[in-house]
Amino acid sequence: MALNKNQQLLSKIATNDRHGENSPYFDGWKAYDKNPYHPIDNREGVIQMGLAENQLCFDLIQKWIRGNPKASICTAEGVHEFKNIAIFQDYHGFKEFRQAVANFMGKARGGRVTFDPDRIVMSGGATGANETVMFCLANPGDAFLVPSPCYPAFDRDCGWRTGVQLIPVNCDSSNNFLITKAALEAAYERAQQDNINVKGLILANPSNPLGTVLDRDTLRSLVSFINEKKIHLVSDEIYAASVFSTPSFVSVSEIIEEMECDRDLIHIVYSLSKDMGLPGFRIGIVYSYNDAVVNCGRKMSSFGLVSSQTQHLLASMLSDDEFVDNFLKENSERLAKRHSLFTKGLEKVGITCLKSNAGLFVWMDLRRLLKEQTLESEMTLWRVIINEVKLNVSPGSSFHCSEPGWFRVCFANMDDVTVEVALERIRVFVEKQQVKNVTVEVALERIRVFVEKQQVKSKRKFQSNLKLSFTSRKYDESVMSPHMMSPRSPLVQART
Amino acid sequence: MRHLSTKATCNSHGQDSSYFLGWEEYEKNSYDKVQNPKGIIQMGLAENQLSFDLLESWLEKNPEPAGFKRDGKSIFRELALFQDYHGLPAFKKALVEFMAEIRGNRVSFDPNHMVLTAGATSANETLMFCLAEPGEAFLLPTPYYPGFDRDLKWRTGVEIVPIHCTSSNDFQITETALEAAYYEAQQCNLRVKGVLVTNPSNPLGTTLSRSELNLLISFITTKGIHLISDEIYSGTVFSSPGFVSVMEVLKDRNCDKSEVWDRVHIVYSLSKDLGLPGFRVGAIYSNDDMVVAAATKMSSFGLVSSQTQYLLSALLSDKKFTKNYISENQKRLKNRQNMLVMGLKRAGISCLKSNAGLFCWVNMRHLLRSDTFEAEMELWKKIVYDVRLNISPGSSCHCTEPGWFRVCFANMTEETLDLAIKRLKDFVVEHTANGHSKSNNSSKKSKRKLLPKWVLRLRDRDHEPDER
Repeated sequence: MALNKNQQLLSKIATNDRHGENSPYFDGWKAYDKNPYHPIDNREGVIQMGLAENQLCFDLIQKWIRGNPKASICTAEGVHEFKNIAIFQDYHGFKEFRQAVANFMGKARGGRVTFDPDRIVMSGGATGANETVMFCLANPGDAFLVPSPCYPAFDRDCGWRTGVQLIPVNCDSSNNFLITKAALEAAYERAQQDNINVKGLILANPSNPLGTVLDRDTLRSLVSFINEKKIHLVSDEIYAASVFSTPSFVSVSEIIEEMECDRDLIHIVYSLSKDMGLPGFRIGIVYSYNDAVVNCGRKMSSFGLVSSQTQHLLASMLSDDEFVDNFLKENSERLAKRHSLFTKGLEKVGITCLKSNAGLFVWMDLRRLLKEQTLESEMTLWRVIINEVKLNVSPGSSFHCSEPGWFRVCFANMDDVTVEVALERIRVFVEKQQVKNVTVEVALERIRVFVEKQQVKSKRKFQSNLKLSFTSRKYDESVMSPHMMSPRSPLVQART
Repeated sequence: MRHLSTKATCNSHGQDSSYFLGWEEYEKNSYDKVQNPKGIIQMGLAENQLSFDLLESWLEKNPEPAGFKRDGKSIFRELALFQDYHGLPAFKKALVEFMAEIRGNRVSFDPNHMVLTAGATSANETLMFCLAEPGEAFLLPTPYYPGFDRDLKWRTGVEIVPIHCTSSNDFQITETALEAAYYEAQQCNLRVKGVLVTNPSNPLGTTLSRSELNLLISFITTKGIHLISDEIYSGTVFSSPGFVSVMEVLKDRNCDKSEVWDRVHIVYSLSKDLGLPGFRVGAIYSNDDMVVAAATKMSSFGLVSSQTQYLLSALLSDKKFTKNYISENQKRLKNRQNMLVMGLKRAGISCLKSNAGLFCWVNMRHLLRSDTFEAEMELWKKIVYDVRLNISPGSSCHCTEPGWFRVCFANMTEETLDLAIKRLKDFVVEHTANGHSKSNNSSKKSKRKLLPKWVLRLRDRDHEPDER
């Protein structure tokens, strides 16, 4: 009764589910929170591999901070700036901060493009940036296309308070999850038929959860698509500096320099949460080529300005070219190393991932471990991974992946030792499955031999004997009828 | 402009350029004691610059939070990664204790009922998103902080219906005014979801009386609606009557277990009391679990930087510091306000009697050519261009009576304030001598004039910092 009353007293937004937190996706988090792994205190705990954090380069940043006490307003060297910074709430942000961020963004793209500091608008993390962009570009009820699988919180960030709907454009493994113009056209047409007003396309490049970068041709076709339809393109480039091997990252900012395009339709979202590993500092950026969006976004940034203390620190840090150049290089190398360590470890136990060169995670292919190629099977396998293997990984369905069996596994939020522990657990798990499979094969072989014997003995009694043999308790209950064996795999499915 | 949302394009309409003259002129011609002694003095910015030395000396004595250290160990990594929207527990604890201290510990707050936001700007907007649908309304007593038009209405689609307060009773909220506003909303087919008050008031600089608070609680109880009390200036109360928080009154009425308890929410921030607007520290405090839950999720769009949470948790946990700061800050504000009030008195200008805030609500009705908003604008332009003081005209705060101005006193040195007062005095002498103003006897209540359209549709200024 009280709940209903509350629901009347609260808004629909406050009581609906578009914040996305009631999805079963969070069960993994709960399991981790209840029983977090610790190398000394809790070695049997759940290892967190569902959190895309970059913990590999803190030493570089700490070293810089120690060597630059002026950048902190609280040190003896920096405190004389305290008052000016504490007072500063101008939604333009510090000029030095914007210049430093523009500088960093340009370097992350190999210096192939430059960014205008006056187009840099602050926001409360990329979370705030995506919401702000939607408020500027779309009205409640309008829609944006989003290639899927995609970052789960896009729905909350883009649609919860804005009323904007997201229409997935499904990509699958048949072509390595590439976005095709055909798929976009089809999604667009369907929306038109349903009388949905499509205002644009939003995507993450590099991709979360795939860890891949868009190739030049695809990018060009995306830009020509949105141009032709006169709709917006929002490119969330939050992982721009987390690209660690070829092919190199191509930003939409580069594409618009080399082809005809209405720049008023192009917007970039950025943040320092992934590339620098500073999600706590809430540094989000809206970078639009559309003046009206810059102006409007800037006014909206009042709702999520970056703390001036943080602006001051980062302004100093990111204008240190030596630091930035070294950081970008080191970060890339460490990510590459970690990615390699992890993927090679998986390969050793026969697990493959989508070939990737960016991001803080891999897109792991566990389709062959599914009982059936269904969402339910994926969920079942996932619960086993959490509860038995004790790894919190993210099931593909939480990324709206239309193909069951894929999992996103993060590798940059732990140390090398923990990676090894995780790989060992996976190895043990896979081997267990194989042992089970061997047992099953042996069992099946026995059935076959027995059946043949029966056939020789008596043809008439064949059926009933077969029945008997199938209900016999001699065999592991997980043995399935040969009819049910997956045509894809010679192995019987895992007991999940 | 095509292809953008309605929200993005509505700004281009209904925006009167004259209001921004003051700011633009100030930007073009800022007073500087040495570089530009004839420049415009900024008195339109409600900032507290009086007590930075106290903060700076604390920082000098406490180097650890500066270097991301705790007990000698580096916690940089922890902080850099900390993005939990529940906030840093140590910070929330310190903040609720600070809030309690400001209220003389007559009430206490539970950190689990507090939601951190990027400034009070974000807190107020978030509460609107939680409590009202687009097209629904909140009642606000006038005059009110101009930024509310943006914070409460812009992206949420919520409407503001004014509760008209007048100088006849020192702008206090009356039952008649409340009922009239509620009725007006209904006439416009607007469903009223609640009342929002700022206590202490911006721009009045006064605290709500116990009877006003009781009246508000009774009103929202009868109507079954919410009450939001924006207490951003609670630490700036420098003389009697003291500050009475709505929570105290609820407690006194034994409302803790009643329904109305869940419908009262407080907004707070460190931008005024501690003078740290740049740090973007705001908070929503609600007794209602569902509001707390929803607001917490929404705070993802504007969390407080962990770097800042950490620094401030150390600062506010130092009880010796907070006790001294609160009392010293209040003393300095009292002195400064007194300076302005006395100075204005010598110039023949009176103010609303106030006991809080960073500004005075100044009565210049006797200087108006006529009892109209046009005359107010005329006077204001003179003050900006000729007197070279940027002050805020009452119409920008939706005041129904022309002739009132908000004048800030805490964002400059004593010397500068002296100069400002002198300029104003000279202006009044000249102004009166030239017969520009009405006679001082015109004390009859002015009829309610229609507010100029641009006041009603006040939208965002192009380069306005988040001033209150």
